[in-house]
Amino acid sequence: MVQNFRLDQIGLINREKKLSFKFNGKKYFGYEGDTLASALIANGVHLVGRSFKYHRPRGFFGAGVDEPYAIVQLYRNGETEPNVRATEQELFDGLEAKSVNCWPSVNFDIGAINNFLNIFLPAGFYYKTFMWPRSFWYWIYEPFIRKAAGFGVASKEHDRERYEHKYEFCDLLIAGSGPSGLASAYAAAKNGARVILAEDKPRFGGSLLTSDVSINNQSGKEWADNIITELKGMTNVTVKNRAQIFGYYDHNMLVMSERVSDHLPKSEEFTPKQRLWYIRAKQVVISSGSIERPIVFGNNDTPGVVLASAAKEYMKVYGVLVGKKPIVFTNNDSAYETAIEFKKNNINPIVLDSRQDSNSEIIKEAKSLGINIKFSHVVVAAKGYKKVKSCDISEISEDKQNLNQIKNIECDCICVSGFWTPTIHLASQSGGKTKFKEEIDAFVPDKSKQKEVTLGSANGIFTLEETLKTSFDKGFELSKEITNKNNSQQIPKVSEKKHSKHDRFWCVPLPKGKNYKRFLDFQNDVAVSDIELAIREGYRSIEHVKRYTTLGMATDQGKTSNLNGLQLVSNIENKVVPAVGHTTFRPPYTPISIGAIVGREIGKHSKPTRKSPMHNWHEKNNAVFVDAGVWLRPRYYKRGNEGLFEASKREAENVRKNVGVCDVTTLGKIDVKGPDAAEFLNRVYTNAWLKLPVGKARYGVMLREDGIVMDDGTTTRISENHYHMTTTTAQAANVLSHLEYYLQLVWPELDVNVVSTTEQWAGAAIAGPKSRDLLQKLFPDTDVSNEGLPFMGFVEANFFGVNARIFRISFSGELAYEVNVESDNGNFMWEKIIEIGKDFDLQPYGTEALSTLRIEMGHVAGSELDGRTIPYDTGLDGLVSKKKDFIGKRSLLKKAYNEKDRQRLVGVVPLDKKTSIPEGSHLVKDPKGKLPNPKLGHISASCWSVEHNNPFSLAILKDGKNMIGSKLYAMSPLKNKTIEVEIVSSHYVDPKGERVRS
Amino acid sequence: MLYIKCPHCGLRSQNEFAYGGDASVKRPELNKEISDQEWDEFVYLRKSPRGKHLELWHHVSGCRQWIKVLRDTSTHEIFNTYKSEEKVG
Ligand SMILES: [Zn+2]
Repeated sequence: MVQNFRLDQIGLINREKKLSFKFNGKKYFGYEGDTLASALIANGVHLVGRSFKYHRPRGFFGAGVDEPYAIVQLYRNGETEPNVRATEQELFDGLEAKSVNCWPSVNFDIGAINNFLNIFLPAGFYYKTFMWPRSFWYWIYEPFIRKAAGFGVASKEHDRERYEHKYEFCDLLIAGSGPSGLASAYAAAKNGARVILAEDKPRFGGSLLTSDVSINNQSGKEWADNIITELKGMTNVTVKNRAQIFGYYDHNMLVMSERVSDHLPKSEEFTPKQRLWYIRAKQVVISSGSIERPIVFGNNDTPGVVLASAAKEYMKVYGVLVGKKPIVFTNNDSAYETAIEFKKNNINPIVLDSRQDSNSEIIKEAKSLGINIKFSHVVVAAKGYKKVKSCDISEISEDKQNLNQIKNIECDCICVSGFWTPTIHLASQSGGKTKFKEEIDAFVPDKSKQKEVTLGSANGIFTLEETLKTSFDKGFELSKEITNKNNSQQIPKVSEKKHSKHDRFWCVPLPKGKNYKRFLDFQNDVAVSDIELAIREGYRSIEHVKRYTTLGMATDQGKTSNLNGLQLVSNIENKVVPAVGHTTFRPPYTPISIGAIVGREIGKHSKPTRKSPMHNWHEKNNAVFVDAGVWLRPRYYKRGNEGLFEASKREAENVRKNVGVCDVTTLGKIDVKGPDAAEFLNRVYTNAWLKLPVGKARYGVMLREDGIVMDDGTTTRISENHYHMTTTTAQAANVLSHLEYYLQLVWPELDVNVVSTTEQWAGAAIAGPKSRDLLQKLFPDTDVSNEGLPFMGFVEANFFGVNARIFRISFSGELAYEVNVESDNGNFMWEKIIEIGKDFDLQPYGTEALSTLRIEMGHVAGSELDGRTIPYDTGLDGLVSKKKDFIGKRSLLKKAYNEKDRQRLVGVVPLDKKTSIPEGSHLVKDPKGKLPNPKLGHISASCWSVEHNNPFSLAILKDGKNMIGSKLYAMSPLKNKTIEVEIVSSHYVDPKGERVRS
Repeated sequence: MLYIKCPHCGLRSQNEFAYGGDASVKRPELNKEISDQEWDEFVYLRKSPRGKHLELWHHVSGCRQWIKVLRDTSTHEIFNTYKSEEKVG
């Protein structure tokens, strides 16, 4: 297909490289350096989508980040992405894109019926229409809104692309590479500052790429190219294109999204699609430029109505004409550059200027080129449905209230300019205030809140000369404060055309008897009439008007609509714009993909993975792993066709019958050292610690100050002033912080140090009736008899030449020991135990068997110590000292903690002795009781008791102490189960605890 | 993301720290008889001021010291930071 709207001589595209692409299934060609938008316009395609609410035809309005309409669904390398702005998406070979928000096709859109029914879709129509009846929400309203609204479809596939995060520091971060960005970057870099310069577009230079100026006798673009080349060669400078600084956060932290591979057919191997930069800057220069604002007139959303600056950019950067019969409609001088550019390319524009007259340099030039200029003229309405075909124009009175006779003239595009709005999003996000600058009818940053400065047109300065001067000065000044150097640069000589004053005019009145839609917000279909209605209905605050009408919402965030919306509200309310104020600018400035936010922290990388030194052995021996916090622990060791149930049952049975070994490396371990260590433990634990002899371990419970059990574990006195504390795997980090808190802040007078030793020791729990016989073989030089190493005893021993610690402690209720060696020897220890254990029918067991053993013993663990239970609830009240004070003790006096029918740990057995009770089931009296059925307790943990060969559960039950022997129902609505159960003692095995002492 | 000057380590990013709440709370002495109300105030009741707030932060991914930070809760401005034993003022 011929690119009918492509110019021959002009543009920065590479005509040597032709690219093919598809839009809505149809094949087109463009060039390297095109955007999807410029390539489509070159091919005469202006209809790209349908609007949000009324499904009106949508074309292109801008040429970059300000584009409100041209949002497409992109297909790239087998993936799809919604919400892509065609004006930002660079063309690559094989690109495919589709229109969004239209069904069945962009040319014939059923939703467009909304446009003809729009009387039913006024401001706030979601709130009004979809309120009642409530039940309609689920079945009718929500599916309707979901289908009809929104841009594009998120992929349901896993995103195969790679995204990265990067952290960076710099002296000056400069957002935007237009004249102010380049000048300040250059001045600062030359003065020794570490500079990061970020440009959102693929090309550097901003307005210099398209403006008719000269700097030091070079064109704006040549000057920009030279500066960039020099900056790139400097080691203290990082220059990034395709990089949008979208958020300004606290303490000068800014986040930048770099589109590393979005412009390529696919990402190269090991290269991310996008990279998020977290940048901490000493100073920030906001040189984000300005966005042209529209003038509001009838049907101003018709495809073919574009910003004048965009029309110029399409010509000068891409060599593309937005139309061949252009109208340029302006209230200021800048649009004349567009008119002149048309003329230079042999196209005859008609300029409608709302001002009565102007005789500035640029207008003289336009006149001398023979351009047809009509002063005091406006576009009343665009005509044409899918593309502008003509427009109604009229003379307008000096007070801009009255139109004269209306004439229709033929045209194929309307290039509109309502002057310029500084892009103050970043300055506002930093927390700084804004002020209204009368001369430009727009807000500019006021006092900076953080360490930032706004320069150039973002600060409302629209002459190049002043911009360069202030930017060179500021770059030098800011860098000097940081580097203490004094290398200033000569400010270049500038030649530019002087502009005359713009006209404070932004909305064309409706002609008598006409009711054209005049849009303010093109992305959200908010028209003048919607704002008027909202105000009539009593909305006053601009923030409320925004939410009620959706003005300035969604991905666009009001880039082209904000100020006109404010003008309208201020007119109706008869207030000045600054009194109306503006809505808050929130990050991100442009949409950021979820993938970029997540970065590399996906799947198994979403948290660190910790492995014990014996991990490889477990893996080789068919361990099935389970996540225990960040640790990977063997859940069971699979033999043959065994599932979880069979394997864990076998392992647990073998512990009760013979002997098992379990990797307990993951238990938290903390060294507590110092002369006051005993006193400290005495305050931390609920039970007494002052008299624990060296070589003995003790079980302890610690509380939070509110009396809730925090953690439990055994602590062993290794020597006079040295204790070895163990915590649960899950609470290890919290317990350490807790201890540090008390030592550093509450009792700094105690001479105690704590340090985590979790990773220093590998641990193996050896449990079962044969464990002592095995231990004797493992430690032939050590007396491990009941007398030599009694229950809760500790001894240091030699384990085949390496140092080991033996603790006689038990979690399973069997005769048991825990052997620790230094981590590096962990695998050696494990393999020796396995090897020598063969003679004793030893089997390794995983966490599932471990749970079974502790549950049927009635030992509490994390599922009972769940942050809601006190010692009494969990049967630990025997460990609470009456004599001494400790953390949380005072809370135990609370009335609620001493109610007679307080909840208590119990055992639960199903009456049929067959049905396992789902964890989390509620215990109720009456299974058919009226909802909400009073809950008496809940099942905290369930297992298959290997001792009794039937299901057994632990529960926390109201008045549990007196409920033993009673019958209740366990109900699990999730599993749809109701099970009749008997309440029994929580000690289902060896209630007297004889085995551990045997 | 805040930039917090640990008095032991220097400027560090917020994600190295854990928040520890109001630093002016004093735990009642051990073994001292106190009323329910006093105890409840210590355990549960915290002011939530808009403006200057002296608070605890724990440098968990750093030196593991609890430090005090004088911060404005509405602007996030940090006026000063102190070691746990240091006098504030
Ligand atoms: Zn520190």
